[in-house]
Amino acid sequence: MSTPLVSVSHLSHRYDQHSVLEDVSFDVEEGSFVGLVGPNGSGKTTLIKLILGIERIQKGSIELFGKPVQRFRNKGHISFVSQKANSFNRGFPATAKEVVGMGLTAGSSLFRSQSNINEQINQALEHVNMMTFANQNIGELSGGQQQRVFIARALVSKPQLLILDEPTVGVDTDNVQQFYQLLSTLNRELGITLILVSHDIGTITTQVNDLLCLNKTLHYHGDPNEFDQLSNEERSTFYGHDLNVITHDH
Amino acid sequence: MLEALLNYELLQNTFFTGLLVGLIAPLLGTFVVVQRQAMIADGLSHVTLAGIAFGMFMQKQPMSTMITPFQFGMIFSIAGAVIIEKLRSMYREFQEIAIPIIHSLGVGLAIIFIALANGINTDIYSYLFGSVAAVSRNDLLLILGTAIFVVIVVFVLYKKLFALSFDEEFAQVSGIRARFIHYLFMILTALVIAASIRIVGVLLVSALMTLPVATSMRVAKSFKQTIWYSILYGEVAVIIGLISGYYLEIPPGGTIVLTAVLLLGLTLLVKKIKSLGRIEGEHS
Repeated sequence: MSTPLVSVSHLSHRYDQHSVLEDVSFDVEEGSFVGLVGPNGSGKTTLIKLILGIERIQKGSIELFGKPVQRFRNKGHISFVSQKANSFNRGFPATAKEVVGMGLTAGSSLFRSQSNINEQINQALEHVNMMTFANQNIGELSGGQQQRVFIARALVSKPQLLILDEPTVGVDTDNVQQFYQLLSTLNRELGITLILVSHDIGTITTQVNDLLCLNKTLHYHGDPNEFDQLSNEERSTFYGHDLNVITHDH
Repeated sequence: MLEALLNYELLQNTFFTGLLVGLIAPLLGTFVVVQRQAMIADGLSHVTLAGIAFGMFMQKQPMSTMITPFQFGMIFSIAGAVIIEKLRSMYREFQEIAIPIIHSLGVGLAIIFIALANGINTDIYSYLFGSVAAVSRNDLLLILGTAIFVVIVVFVLYKKLFALSFDEEFAQVSGIRARFIHYLFMILTALVIAASIRIVGVLLVSALMTLPVATSMRVAKSFKQTIWYSILYGEVAVIIGLISGYYLEIPPGGTIVLTAVLLLGLTLLVKKIKSLGRIEGEHS
């Protein structure tokens, strides 16, 4: 079996006296579409920050592409769509195209040819169906369109792993469906490994092929279909929280 | 003025310095404004004033140094920038507090050193309000060096500065060394502020960094355009302001900034008329 893209082992983390993660271990295999769910305050965002190297590891270890996260230099292999992406300053004078171009800052961009850069940006915009809005100001786009631009920004560096933290917050229901379709295309057709973080366990289990339920510790790791077969009580134990799973037809 | 410009070295120095400052102040100003840091220029310009006053005080000492007041101003400005960054990392939840701290420290030190250096004189007056005849050849060369450095750094780091200004978290994840670039940017800002003081004066430096940007943001369609228009508005304000200041015998700080405000007002007015015209067109 090939090296997992992400390998987390015995990870624990605390803020002051407050423990947020306890002994979390899991692997993310290449090509998978992983859903990471848990209630608010369950440590999801902290876990993502640790994987991305924004937060320093206190206990345990994380390997990315077989290298310890501390020594991993991201040159576009891993990309990120943040929860905060749509809380940017709406008046910021930048076009959709310019925002996507921000995804190409890693390494030396000085000697890359401009036409090459343009081509990459256009390609990314096409993947998310936003080519017609390329020269529009980012603040003038709708929430769903902005989210697509942020995905394009994450795609432009041609990442192997894309991490999305609550990307559907602030996007209306119609667009959420389209959004999941887009993710599944990225996963199947472009072969990008995805980690999707969400507190909405209902929708996510139908989309992903590997499910992680986190609430300080890892309560469930496995097939989302099997998770769906469980009774509500069992699911609540895995989720580690009283929860009402919204049932849905397949 | 053309004849005078050809004949008097001081006027030439001022004019060239004005052109340089009209370029670099709006260039960095664009990044400062979109990061919502417009107040930083005010904070640092007062620290620069403290440095200038300290330089004047040192000149009065029997063991005088080789460093001019203007150079002391630059050194203080850079130190102020470093302290602001330090304060920001200490007060993570109240980052805006760094500017008033540095601002008041600057004013306090300036008052003390101005008093020690025998009070307000014409030199201090020209630093406060700008002057058409205060730039020496050495100052010009120092400002030229600063401008070249600033333009090169912004050119090389453009994408990284842009990404950091828009979304710091994403930039960090992409592998940008955010802290290093922040420090470098603050030092550039400090240098540009110190350089601009020669022309527009301590009290109006922030205006030259923010007014052209405010005007430009109303008309530009992209970030790159915002930068180019800001520089254009900045240069027009400096040129008109310097010439009118010279003829009216008014410190150019006032005339440059008023020109910049006029440009802003005219741009807003034209935009308004255009949008009214468009609405009427749609109705007819």
